[in-house]
Amino acid sequence: MTIKTALIAGTAVLAATIPALAEWAPQRPVEFVVASGAGGGTDNFARTIQAALTRNDILDQNMVVLNKGGGSGAEAFLYARQNAADPHKLIFGTNNVYLLPHVAQLAYSAEDLQPVAALALDEFLIWVKADAPWQTSMELIEAAKAEPGTIVFGGSQSKDTDETLVALIEQTTGADFKYIPFNGGGEVGVQLAGGHVAANVNNPNENIGQWQAGAIRPLCVFSPQRMAESEPVNGDMGWHDIPTCAEQGLDIERYQMPRTVWLPAGTDPEVVAYYEDALSRVAETQEWQDYLAKTSQTAAVLTGDDLTAFIEENEAATVTVFEAEGWVTAAAQ
Amino acid sequence: MGNFDLLMHGFSVAITPMHLMLMVAGVLMGLVVGVLPGLGAPNGVSLLIPLTFALDPTSAIILLSSMYWGALFGGSTTSILFNIPGEPSSVATTFDGYPMARNGESTRALTLAFVSSGIGALMGIMVITLLAGWASQFALRFGAPEYFAVYFLAFAAFIGMGSAAPMKTLVSLTAGLILASVGMDSVTGSIRLTYGFSDLLGGVSFLVVVIGLFGIGELLATVQEGLRFRGVSSKIDLRDVLKTLAELPKYWATMLRSGMIGIWMGITPGGPTAASFMSYGVARQASRKGAAFGTGRPEGIVAPETADHSAGTCAMLPMLALGVPSSATAAVMMGGLMIWGLTPGPMLFATQPDFVWGLIASMYVSNLLGVILVLATVPMFAALLRIPFTIIGPMIVAICFVGAYTVGSATFDLWVVLVFGIVGFMFTKLDYPLAPMILAMVLGHKAENAFHQSMLLSDGSLGIFFANPLVTGIMIVALALLILPKTLGLALSLRRNRKVVA
Repeated sequence: MTIKTALIAGTAVLAATIPALAEWAPQRPVEFVVASGAGGGTDNFARTIQAALTRNDILDQNMVVLNKGGGSGAEAFLYARQNAADPHKLIFGTNNVYLLPHVAQLAYSAEDLQPVAALALDEFLIWVKADAPWQTSMELIEAAKAEPGTIVFGGSQSKDTDETLVALIEQTTGADFKYIPFNGGGEVGVQLAGGHVAANVNNPNENIGQWQAGAIRPLCVFSPQRMAESEPVNGDMGWHDIPTCAEQGLDIERYQMPRTVWLPAGTDPEVVAYYEDALSRVAETQEWQDYLAKTSQTAAVLTGDDLTAFIEENEAATVTVFEAEGWVTAAAQ
Repeated sequence: MGNFDLLMHGFSVAITPMHLMLMVAGVLMGLVVGVLPGLGAPNGVSLLIPLTFALDPTSAIILLSSMYWGALFGGSTTSILFNIPGEPSSVATTFDGYPMARNGESTRALTLAFVSSGIGALMGIMVITLLAGWASQFALRFGAPEYFAVYFLAFAAFIGMGSAAPMKTLVSLTAGLILASVGMDSVTGSIRLTYGFSDLLGGVSFLVVVIGLFGIGELLATVQEGLRFRGVSSKIDLRDVLKTLAELPKYWATMLRSGMIGIWMGITPGGPTAASFMSYGVARQASRKGAAFGTGRPEGIVAPETADHSAGTCAMLPMLALGVPSSATAAVMMGGLMIWGLTPGPMLFATQPDFVWGLIASMYVSNLLGVILVLATVPMFAALLRIPFTIIGPMIVAICFVGAYTVGSATFDLWVVLVFGIVGFMFTKLDYPLAPMILAMVLGHKAENAFHQSMLLSDGSLGIFFANPLVTGIMIVALALLILPKTLGLALSLRRNRKVVA
């Protein structure tokens, strides 16, 4: 029933946009190039889109998922550069597409990729072990100020979104934490549950299992408003019951990670329009809604100028943090 | 007792005609991807994921996991017959499996490998069944220092009693460590040893190197020695299979020991590849005929295969219960789990008993099916060796290159295969051992990361490796494995000398 409705809705959207479109459609199987290893957050994002496109007959060609997660995802973006103007390759990433070149010397720049759409915003929260003494983010920060460099934050990688957020907290509050990079959010979640680190800034999806089990608990979320209503996760507490960090007096209003889709630079505008349309229709499907609910991400369909504006703002804000930490590479300056 | 009831419930979920069909299909497809080098279990499983969109989660995981078991079985086939490991975890099987096949006993080698895999799997599943809750709690106790201790133990167990010249072992080990550090380092975020080649950003693929070292390297050696496989005259007979089955009980101690190592490495995410190396090393130390390892000893096949498969099955436990996959294939399956709408974590056992126990019950059935199916193929695979070299040789070259390309769809990898083919040939000719290099490539970077993280945690104090009973225990066992064989050997020879003098 829902699929049928989505189909009808999809057909209506298509009918409405046909005049604006030239008749470009994929002629060959489409490669989904994923900037993470199999099983990572970006991989699930790409495979969900693959499932939604297939089940709702939005895209008629076969889709092949190709994992290129080497060099924190740089491998996938280099691949886009090598395949400039190829309309049969979609690249799946986060904000790493435009942030990586600032912190590492790489043989590509953000101009080698054409943004197509952002489909979701993944949230960041501060998590601590269930039996930790801190009840709010400010208590944790005061504790770190009292004993600088002793409270350990675990994160998924070096100079990634996690370390950037911890650095931003330090720059905003003057607290001093110790940051240790592991390999991926899942591993950091287990390190926290086992008590080997004191806190982490994982995305909801990476920690939900341990929260359900009562091993860890969230302190606050870095979002302008609270997260969407949900089923209770632990006890009677659901995602909506978590205060925002700004509410608790931590002056960081927003820190979110976009889930983005790109094409190699140099394709025709019709190609970009085709994928913009297909991805907007994915956002309407039941599969997509289920994925958002399951991973507790915030829906956000951005294309065209909105997307460009978002990227510019996000990039500028993050680079300010990079500069304060001295992470910016010589080549990028 | 609760677990037993749940398991029985699981069997009622798992044993339906539809699920049995999925198991057979999964195992057969797994055999194919396992036999072809490069197209390993992780690739095979991720290719299948789109097909599972139409299935319910329990059927989907049964199909994917059956494929994994099939691939684990199939991976040893090419290791034994052609010295080309089909899966990373069957590298250690080449050490004695290939020599045994060359001695004309390919049927025996294959049968030993498959049956001990099956027994290893069974041991792993029984542990999962009995200790599901406890084992995942145990895994939570592993922080960075404990991880480092486990990797160190794997190194120590394997290196402790190497038969090659110590200097040559050191050279091989160092080469492996250097190769392991190529690419982006995840702790510092810096890019190392790529010399401006962007193809090296993701590091040197271990599987591609192995295909070159063993596959092409061995082929070059064969060409030099006269263009044909030794052992061609081997008879293929079902009676050989039965005879080998009868000799298996002799190796019960090796199996039990290797099974335990595999279970340990599967639960504390060390992975099947590390488990098979470690188990091979320990078996060599424990055996009275340790020096004969590498010439076709049956224990040298039984040990890595048992450990590989028990680790593979146990790797499912941390994936389901903690959301941490300890093998590449488990990582892909975990991605599937999320797409089907299930959240891995401690609560999965409580909230999705049908799924979890259906999977566990299916593991018994599909591994049993796997052993039967794969044994049925032994005569067929062994017959491959009777094909003249002029036909099979070029085919192996093609398979090696196609396989290497499939790993990462990169043309650069074809050059890597070629270069390491030559390296493998030279190493063999000059009597440098290949195993330390491979072990270092598999574990080098993980060990380095764990060490680096530990040092960050402790502000540079090595005391962190002796900070609690768990990590101290592992370190002491590792140091003992590293030092004792040499000192014992020294003591023995001293005593012998004294007798001679007396």
